Amino acid sequence: MNKKNSQPLSLRVPEPSGRPGDAPDFSHLQMDPAGAVERPEVGSTPYAMRDLAFRLIRVLDDAGQAVGPWNPRLDPETLRRGLKAMILTRAFDDRMHRAHRQGKTSFYMKCTGEEAIAVAQGMLLSREDMGFPTYRQQGLLIARGYPLVEMMNQIYSNAADPIKGRQLPIMYSSKDYGFFTISGNLGTQVPQAVGWAMASAYKGDDKIAISWIGDGATAEGDFHNALTFASVYRAPVILNVVNNQWAISSFMGIAGGLETTFASKAIGYGLPALRVDGNDFLAVWAATQWAEERARSNQGATVIELFTYRGAPHSTSDDPSRYRPGDEQDKWPLGDPLERLRQHLTVIGEWDDERHTAALKDAVEQVRAAGKESEAIGTLGQSRPSVKTMFEEVYATEDWRLIEQRREVGV
Amino acid sequence: MAEQIPFTEADRNDGIEPDMVDQNAAPASQTTGSGVQPMNMIQALNSAIDVKMAEDANVLSFGEDAGYFGGVFRVTDKLQQKHGLTRSFDAPISECGIVAAAIGMGAYGLRPVVEIQFADYIYPAYDQIVSEAAKMRYRSGGQFTAPITIRSPYGGGIFGGQTHSQSPESLFTHIAGLKVVIPSNPYDAKGLLTAAIEDDDPVVFFEPKRLYNGPFDGWHEKPVSPWKAQDLAQVPTGKYVEPIGKARVMREGNDLTILAYGTMVWVALAGAEHAGVDAEVIDLRTLVPLDIETIEASVKKTGRCVIVHEAPKTSGFGGELSALVQERCFYHLEAPIARVTGWDTPYPHAFEWEYFPGPQRVADALKAVISGGR
Repeated sequence: MNKKNSQPLSLRVPEPSGRPGDAPDFSHLQMDPAGAVERPEVGSTPYAMRDLAFRLIRVLDDAGQAVGPWNPRLDPETLRRGLKAMILTRAFDDRMHRAHRQGKTSFYMKCTGEEAIAVAQGMLLSREDMGFPTYRQQGLLIARGYPLVEMMNQIYSNAADPIKGRQLPIMYSSKDYGFFTISGNLGTQVPQAVGWAMASAYKGDDKIAISWIGDGATAEGDFHNALTFASVYRAPVILNVVNNQWAISSFMGIAGGLETTFASKAIGYGLPALRVDGNDFLAVWAATQWAEERARSNQGATVIELFTYRGAPHSTSDDPSRYRPGDEQDKWPLGDPLERLRQHLTVIGEWDDERHTAALKDAVEQVRAAGKESEAIGTLGQSRPSVKTMFEEVYATEDWRLIEQRREVGV
Repeated sequence: MAEQIPFTEADRNDGIEPDMVDQNAAPASQTTGSGVQPMNMIQALNSAIDVKMAEDANVLSFGEDAGYFGGVFRVTDKLQQKHGLTRSFDAPISECGIVAAAIGMGAYGLRPVVEIQFADYIYPAYDQIVSEAAKMRYRSGGQFTAPITIRSPYGGGIFGGQTHSQSPESLFTHIAGLKVVIPSNPYDAKGLLTAAIEDDDPVVFFEPKRLYNGPFDGWHEKPVSPWKAQDLAQVPTGKYVEPIGKARVMREGNDLTILAYGTMVWVALAGAEHAGVDAEVIDLRTLVPLDIETIEASVKKTGRCVIVHEAPKTSGFGGELSALVQERCFYHLEAPIARVTGWDTPYPHAFEWEYFPGPQRVADALKAVISGGR
């Protein structure tokens, strides 16, 4: 016999707090003030520190002061390098976005609003450590001084493209800069990062791995496989979830973000979780440093949710005005990572408007010079690697099929 | 050693009793010495991993139940005891995680050998194999590689039902960047697995589980001889390599060419004998890269070709073989190419011997191809 419900069942489909035409509403966000969250010892058990998965680690307060136990007390020069790298990343994004509009490339993805994450983490970790990035960590390469012209050559798939015109623009790859080859399949890099870290541990080396995944892609099985393996084998890896609120047009609630925090996903796996203001350069630095120390001292993996906002469209193929309030980014309560670090440096007397203007000008000049150099080699379709390379590196050595097919193409 | 060798109903069906299997069991593989001893496929595969692990600290082996217990088919038996916990260990039931971790290790510089317990369970790992391992070298411009070996028991004939009997090789032969290897006997199994571990590209290594314990002459209803009666079960205990990409001519003949791999090599031999046809039987051993020269030379000599595999017919590897033979040997062919394959149904439990291509079906096809010519 069927049991009767008091009322018919109904299906819930979560919706964001605002759609185009609505006023942005972030009243549902729970955010600790800067300095409010305690900093546990690096060796703390995940169980003892589980509340941190629901808090928000912040260092920079509204006045631009660095406060609280997570203050990494960085020297001004490091802070300035960080700010300059963020400025350069944004200038790079702006030019390449325009290059797309001018038909110079087929595709581009900006990281506007999220620059602090890849820049801070890229500066903090060694190039010997391997980063397993998504397509929104270009700041990592830029912070480490990877040649901008090389990035552009990749974006233009021109004759000097380091990966020979084989990948979509922005899918960089650089072993020397600790930047693992990007995949368009979301989430696949996370368990690979765990495997890489396991290998380092197996060899008795001192390298660690760091991976990033978006809030949307945490719904992929790969993310959960990675957490299981990281926990089981105590892999020396930092597992970042960049919660930028939007997976193309799906808000983070569609990935399960309304029911709990992304950081808290770590708890069920017995991993420590840190939830961090991703627009706060100092907080990102401090949390990553904590996780780094944990990994390097053989205590295993840490999950870090970086709470941020994707200011730009998902890609040049996306129009966010179709699915979210137009001024939502401006109302984002955690502000702009560049402005916040600039404010802090200014407040402590290590920066001023003149230096800022000069830094902006310098960044634009760097990007312009690299742009000229790269465009001289060619933009998309103007020049490209030899077609012969299309058949190379499928395997370590070409087999008869590839040799025959290459000859059929006439190269 | 008796407890090491799982005895299956299929063995009993073939007239094999447990003690025969036990007699067939060699001691755990040896990493030293240069002798030769009879091994079944399990022991030969075990020996390949064992020897490589002894030789190269970058080789490690893991998978579900693959560590302490040594794998449900015991292919990794005693490797943990011999080489240590961190070199041969159990993995979570996460095929995707196993392969992904191996890819990361491979990128680091290790040579992991992972076990997917049954090929039927490889699908959760498909994205990692196809989109990641296969493409790593290409998409990174050669900066990152995935020199990993993915071992998996495949194929039918053990009453395993739908989820323990499939032959998914063509899902991998279609993928640029992968190599696909399928041995049919202990000697090749060890030599080819050694080559796979040493290969700089990802290798999907399918092990015909019907041949693990060995005794199978193609006929499920007739008594068969154990592996140790076969020349190809005389396996060197030390290291040797059988090159990937070379077929083995199992039987020379003049009337027609049979292309087969895995368990079907033995079915093909039995079918040829049953039909009384002077067939040349080629064990492909490697599907990618394929030994096209051996195939081409044989078909040009015999003028006829029959392809035998367990996987379903539609879009099976037989279709590719047929097309290649047609492209290269058309003017030498004296009859249409025939395919003897599994049916286009899910693998059935109760109808296993109606599904499994047997010597009778092969013999019928051989006769048809012979009479269908000039």
